[in-house]
Amino acid sequence: MIQIRDLVTHYGKRKILDGLNLTVYQGEIVVIMGGSGSGKSTLLNHMLGLLTATSGEMELLGVDFTHASNDEKQGLHRHMGVAFQSGALFSSMSVGENIQMPMREHTNLRQSTMDILTQMKLEIVKLGGFENLMPSELSGGMIKRTALARAIALDPELLFFDEPSAGLDPIVAAELDELILRLRKAFHMTMVIVTHELDSAFRIADRIVVLDKGQMVFDGNVEEIKQSTNEMVVALINRKTEEQDDGDTDAFLERLMN
Amino acid sequence: MNPLLAIEQLGRTIVKGIEEFGYAALLLLESIFWIFAGPFKRQSVKLSAVFSQVMQIGVAAVPIITILSLAVGMMLAIQGIHTLKVFGAEAQVVLGIALSVVREFGPLITGILVAGRTGSALAARIGTMRVSQEVDALRVMGINPVRFLVSPVLIAMLIMLPALTFLSDLAGLLGGALYCVTELGLSFNAYIDACYSVLETGDLIQGLVKSVVFAIIITLVGVTNGFLVTGGAEGVGRSTTRSVVLAISFIVLADMIFTYFMNR
Repeated sequence: MIQIRDLVTHYGKRKILDGLNLTVYQGEIVVIMGGSGSGKSTLLNHMLGLLTATSGEMELLGVDFTHASNDEKQGLHRHMGVAFQSGALFSSMSVGENIQMPMREHTNLRQSTMDILTQMKLEIVKLGGFENLMPSELSGGMIKRTALARAIALDPELLFFDEPSAGLDPIVAAELDELILRLRKAFHMTMVIVTHELDSAFRIADRIVVLDKGQMVFDGNVEEIKQSTNEMVVALINRKTEEQDDGDTDAFLERLMN
Repeated sequence: MNPLLAIEQLGRTIVKGIEEFGYAALLLLESIFWIFAGPFKRQSVKLSAVFSQVMQIGVAAVPIITILSLAVGMMLAIQGIHTLKVFGAEAQVVLGIALSVVREFGPLITGILVAGRTGSALAARIGTMRVSQEVDALRVMGINPVRFLVSPVLIAMLIMLPALTFLSDLAGLLGGALYCVTELGLSFNAYIDACYSVLETGDLIQGLVKSVVFAIIITLVGVTNGFLVTGGAEGVGRSTTRSVVLAISFIVLADMIFTYFMNR
């Protein structure tokens, strides 16, 4: 489904990703984790086609991104769905209109058909009947679920999530995890999820990939990650903070005064 | 302040200005490209989007354009009569009003008003969409942001600004008429006849050509500032202000250049 080879990318002069290799197979749920600044959002943006890499190759759904024409890349969007971290719902449109946007762009369905499909998608995310609300009237959980409904509007083969549980209370986050698993079971979708939440990751991932400073430090399943001896991975799993306090009050006072 | 620092700052500002100008020019070319090539790439500019913009940009501005143009027409009449009284030539005021309104004030007042209304709305709307990742969402859905956000506005502006300018001309002439009729005892028909004899087609065309140029300026300044927003809510606010100020400045400058060349 996705093949990334030796991806290197910069932000101005800063190297963000350094020779990254990743393969995602059909039907799997891959969770990408890492500390802040490890490059996971950048990696996701590359997979979505929003950024161009400095070097390296990427193949998505059989299309070679590095050498494909814009038209070929355009055709891919119909097979991809994205749920952004903040939802990224179009604030001038209602929930129903948001979900119908991909349908309007890529199909010639009649309005009545699109309305029925919208209802179906809303039912899947348990928001049936909410199609006339505006995004500003929704709670955090509802925004995320609407974003998901919009992402699956065209029944895509590939689904991307950027921090799906961020800012949600544990119960709603757990419901979202269940939803993700059900979607995979029902539609056989391949999913790439970037997240910080360990509980969610352990629950839904087939494979976990850990990034640190632009490089992949771990690639394996849930069992393997719990047994990993890699320093950074262990710290991540056990939520261990770095040693901060060395008890040197003089140095501390000096930092304060200057 | 260190003079070298001032020169360096000036240099940086000029380079940044050229970058922005290039960005705006590319946006213009791209939006025109999508208008014509869109249907062949399965991304045609939607007619409903164009009409929606026509309503927002044009129809919603009709009341304010009418009122302000009426006021400007009246002011021209008041000032004109006051000045011409010195020469005892108040009757000639219609010449002054008609030419000033149709060649200059109609397009200028309309341009400035629309720059304030639409220039700010464009920058705010696109800027907010950039900040909340809505533009990214468009792109991952396969919707080109320029085709979706800029092309409909450009078409709507090119239609509505000349139309609003014409409305402004009529309202300005009417404003002048109202004052002249009461102050000079001129009959309304005499006023209209005087306007007809003074005005030529060329005067009207001059005004309308200017309005087309203003339309392009307002659109480009608005969308460029919107797409280049950085920094969250404060950035959007700065961008919106800058958009209005720049659009009005460019309109006045363009007006000056056009007026000079069209009247040589």
